[in-house]
Amino acid sequence: MPVLEIEELKKAFVPPGGTAPVPVVDIGSFSLEAGEQVALSGSSGSGKTTLLHLVAGILAADSGRVCVAGSDMTSLGEAGRDRLRAESIGYIFQTFNLLQGYSCLENVLLGMSFGPGADMAHARSLLGRVGLSDRLDYLPRQLSTGQQQRVAVARAVANRPRLVLADEPTGNLDPSNARQALELIRGICTENNAALLLVSHDPAVLASFKRVVSLTELNRAARKEVAL
Amino acid sequence: MTLALLVRRSLRQHLLSTVVTALSLAMAGGLLMSVWVVRKQARETFTGQTGAWDAVLGARGAKLQLVLNALFHLEASAGNVAFSDFEAVATNRAVAFAVPIAVGDNYFGYRIVGTRTNLFTEAEASPGRRFQVGKGGRLFEDGYREAVVGSFVASRLGLKVGETFRPYHGLNFNPKEQHEDEYLVTGILEPSNTPADRVIWIPLEGLQNMTGHAAATATDVSAVLVKLRSPIAGQQLDLMYNKQGNRLTFAWPLGAVLSQLFDKMGWFDKVLELVAYLVVLVAAGSVLASIYNSMSARRRDIAILRALGARRSTVFSAIVLEAAAVAALGMLGALVCHFGFLSVAAGVIRSQTGVVLEVWSWDPILVIAPLGLVLLGALAGVVPALKAYRSPVAENLVPES
Repeated sequence: MPVLEIEELKKAFVPPGGTAPVPVVDIGSFSLEAGEQVALSGSSGSGKTTLLHLVAGILAADSGRVCVAGSDMTSLGEAGRDRLRAESIGYIFQTFNLLQGYSCLENVLLGMSFGPGADMAHARSLLGRVGLSDRLDYLPRQLSTGQQQRVAVARAVANRPRLVLADEPTGNLDPSNARQALELIRGICTENNAALLLVSHDPAVLASFKRVVSLTELNRAARKEVAL
Repeated sequence: MTLALLVRRSLRQHLLSTVVTALSLAMAGGLLMSVWVVRKQARETFTGQTGAWDAVLGARGAKLQLVLNALFHLEASAGNVAFSDFEAVATNRAVAFAVPIAVGDNYFGYRIVGTRTNLFTEAEASPGRRFQVGKGGRLFEDGYREAVVGSFVASRLGLKVGETFRPYHGLNFNPKEQHEDEYLVTGILEPSNTPADRVIWIPLEGLQNMTGHAAATATDVSAVLVKLRSPIAGQQLDLMYNKQGNRLTFAWPLGAVLSQLFDKMGWFDKVLELVAYLVVLVAAGSVLASIYNSMSARRRDIAILRALGARRSTVFSAIVLEAAAVAALGMLGALVCHFGFLSVAAGVIRSQTGVVLEVWSWDPILVIAPLGLVLLGALAGVVPALKAYRSPVAENLVPES
């Protein structure tokens, strides 16, 4: 059974100053198996982040179906989506989105606490795995950009999610750190047999994936945008 | 664990507003508790401060003035009582014993009261406790120019056994009106925590015959302190002096007379109470304002928490708990403020009236007020918590440029 299944997923927004909703995401069918790693390419405004938000249940779809680990995200209420996200999805943001008032360890523990529960030993071990065992009590602002991204990776995979979503995870990193971060994300996903859906427009990143899906092709709303 | 961590970190992140808000709550809570305790204790202590006495006999006038003058050494005397009236009441079968007092002089503003030694030997300073003269001292002897000094006066004026002083005429200190008579301090009273501590005691005849006092009234007394044989005796004397007679006033029962004082001050009590409640409301408003104003700075953190899987209810609870935690911190400070305010108030009341308030005594308000204010703080947190609850996730995940 696929870890992620999308069918006829639609989302539209009313633009500022407008009255009629404009489609942003309109995807017929897409799926991802356990352990599979897919890169989504797309230009700016092609609906990449909106799609990831819909898959993560941060946004509710207008119509269609998103199944994550066998649960239909679109049929769940907000609390149900929160629970499913906490237990089954790891999300790595382009801007890391670390909580600035919390230490590295606390950032990872918080991510765990909304899912199966905080596990201090596992959190420490993960931060060790990403090379930050000597930075457990550091605040994000005390870390380099690359180190911050590694904390974000550790936090995203802390609950051993079935699906990892990564939104331009190397977008804010220099080439060396970008390569290391990508290897880390892919390596941990492989170890956990987690499916990875990674969004990027970096050709070097896209070239490292066997399966690359163009969002412009996948997303009918983006196709119309390009056609216009 | 999660909520505790969220609250702890948020308090640390907004440390300045946390401290300022907690301080304002501390002042408000401390004021509320102090007003309550001072009011309650003052009433209880004043009305229970009548020592061994059941009644006071004095010149025709207000009972409250008579009691304040004779027992609390406040207010002016309403007039004199003939010595024969003292003898009459003292020998009345309904009276266990009676002690005369005479006032009219002071020493640097502290009253000099003429009386007889049985005030110290027969009467009690407070229920079950007699007056004690400190080491190295003794009571004055009737008929001699000797004085026993209350502990508070002795400490304030530095009077010691063996020293002499010359009284001043009148109840208020006027350096131009010093008497020629010189008195020897024979003893310092041990602190009794009663108005007697604020008085210099001399023999009755000493005050009556002080140089410069009118010879025509030399045998008069200012009031008579009365100990009754039974409660019914009070009714007999009340009838005799107040209803059938028209020259003297018999103030009885003392507790009821003193409660008139607080009834007259009722409006002041209400105003004070109202002010305290208003301060509390303003402080609760400051909790609301400080957290609400920080919401725009927290929007991204809240969105990140929600993206990690935190439920709306978790975010709501964290904000309400944070408000309650600020209030709880404030209440720790409020207890400190309360004991500080009460210490100052007790010092002022003691120096002005001799009545001692118990600063460290237990009162249920010390639990009720802090709990109530923590609850009020939590309620004040509901408004910003609702804002957090409704905060959209997706649009707040984007960093502010």
